[in-house]
Amino acid sequence: MNKSRHGYMVQIASNRLAQVGFALILFVAAIAFIGPLVSPHTHSEFVGTPYGLPTDGAPLGTDNLGRDVLSRVMHGGQDLVWMAFCATLLGLALGTAMGLSAAFFKGWTETVLMRVVELKLAFPSIVFALLFVTMLGPGKGLLTIVVGVSQAPSVARVMRGVAMDVVRQEYVQWARSVGMRAWRVLWAEVLPNTTSPLLVEFGLRMMWSISLLAGLSFLGYGIQPPAADWGLMVNENRNALSVQPFAVLAPIVLIALFSIGCNLFAEGVTRAIGRTGGTE
Amino acid sequence: MSDQKRNLLRGSNRAGATLRMIARRLASSVLLLCIMSVLVFAATQALPGDIAQMVLGRDSTPEQVDRLRSALNLDAPVWRQYLIWVGNLLQGDFGVSFVSRQPVFDILQTRLSNTVVVVLLSFLISIPLSLVLGVYTAVNADRVSDRVILFFGIALNAMPEFVLALLLVLLLSVQVFHIFPGVALLSPGVSIWMQLPKIALPVLTLALLQASYFYRLVRATMIDVLASDYVEFARLKGMPRRNVLWRQAVPNALVPAVQAAGTIFAISFGGVVVIEYVFAFPGLGTALADAVGARDIKVVQAITLTIALIFFATNIVTDLITMALTPPGRGGVR
Repeated sequence: MNKSRHGYMVQIASNRLAQVGFALILFVAAIAFIGPLVSPHTHSEFVGTPYGLPTDGAPLGTDNLGRDVLSRVMHGGQDLVWMAFCATLLGLALGTAMGLSAAFFKGWTETVLMRVVELKLAFPSIVFALLFVTMLGPGKGLLTIVVGVSQAPSVARVMRGVAMDVVRQEYVQWARSVGMRAWRVLWAEVLPNTTSPLLVEFGLRMMWSISLLAGLSFLGYGIQPPAADWGLMVNENRNALSVQPFAVLAPIVLIALFSIGCNLFAEGVTRAIGRTGGTE
Repeated sequence: MSDQKRNLLRGSNRAGATLRMIARRLASSVLLLCIMSVLVFAATQALPGDIAQMVLGRDSTPEQVDRLRSALNLDAPVWRQYLIWVGNLLQGDFGVSFVSRQPVFDILQTRLSNTVVVVLLSFLISIPLSLVLGVYTAVNADRVSDRVILFFGIALNAMPEFVLALLLVLLLSVQVFHIFPGVALLSPGVSIWMQLPKIALPVLTLALLQASYFYRLVRATMIDVLASDYVEFARLKGMPRRNVLWRQAVPNALVPAVQAAGTIFAISFGGVVVIEYVFAFPGLGTALADAVGARDIKVVQAITLTIALIFFATNIVTDLITMALTPPGRGGVR
């Protein structure tokens, strides 16, 4: 079992799409985390007139208040990357727990869990998130949790499908028959055999988390000014698209590269697993 | 009436099974909708904190707060508040907006029809586009053209709605070309059908996002169908390639596409929220985004429930179409 799992990892690592996707993710993450350390100005320093075109001092021009776009872009990614990552982990953990439990325990556990999944899947995540923001106000912690929770149902559905095959395997049946505790069987026997689909889900959920978080930010319900944030920057500067496009273009290109990277990664992993005939 | 029903049920097993299936779907949808209404209610009205105070702001007088509290029945126990609320909803009474003082129902009516127009028009573009691209890339699978289209598909599929929308504005409206207007502000009092050029970009954005998902599905099914026995047989029989493709393969590849169309239709009502906001289009999405900012609870409740209702209705319709398309025993390709 272990050897074939190792085989998947080699396949995934040598898949071109997965490589390009991973490189894109690393590239954007590097800008987000190293950017604040090396940016020429702070995120709130005024360096020129509003909507100034690129100059030597401000290579990407200035924004609606005359702040340096390049510096704000360099400062504006860390929250998005962090929150998307945490939300994804939360969604994966919750969704995997739900999916594996449903496949393992069957019966009413499965019915109830899958009804909950259906309920959430029947609702656009952005509306779900806005509902909570209405009452609790925007906050990084709240947004991360809401986005994470809203990802869980899709993960649960995929993981249930994967786990149903695994649960039928002899070694799982054996572990149950010798009286191993249910959660131990799930943790030690079932979970390790679902890693490849989980990796695909990681890519896809990252993509959706980015989309949701950046979208909320763009609507003005994410990171609050005067902080720098890619989604927020787009909202602040979109009225001057024809005059100073870079203040919008730079953040949207980075958001796009980030989410495209995640999608390519997921696509690459799917293909790598498909070729070796992995679970799913 | 009941005799008819019984005959129908007894008459053929299949009709009975189908009816039972429809009844079950309907029942579970109604149940889910009830749960959804409890959740929406809980998330908006039943949360701790004085909503009346929050809505009116700090400058409000105690009398104003009291009046709003009684208007919202905030002094009643929570379960009674919920029942009153649901009762009103069922009678078509969605309450009055805190901000515009208009009945929520009136606001919703025009906004919803505007949004539906955008979603339907985007379907008119994305479905034919996806079919053509899907069939083309399936026939040319793994060639350069397929790979290029695939890459664009993956990229479009990944982009957040507002990112694609703004890229299109930059490309087609303000920087490179100047073809379409970058905002979709409708003139009030004029039918939306008279102002179609204004909504070109929101429709195009939505259509591209739908197509990026939809065409892959058509492609995947087409590849399966092209490798199937009956297509092989038709070919061996000497049927011309073109006929095999359009008479045998394409109709069979449509079944999963129809199934997915429902899902895509429903998903579009989520994606359209942000797209409308980008273009300041007066639809359901901008109404929701604005209402959230103004804490216009009645409007938020009404819109979220409307969207939920659209989802469930779409699900049922999709199920029915799927059932009609796949008679038991013949089961489409999947």
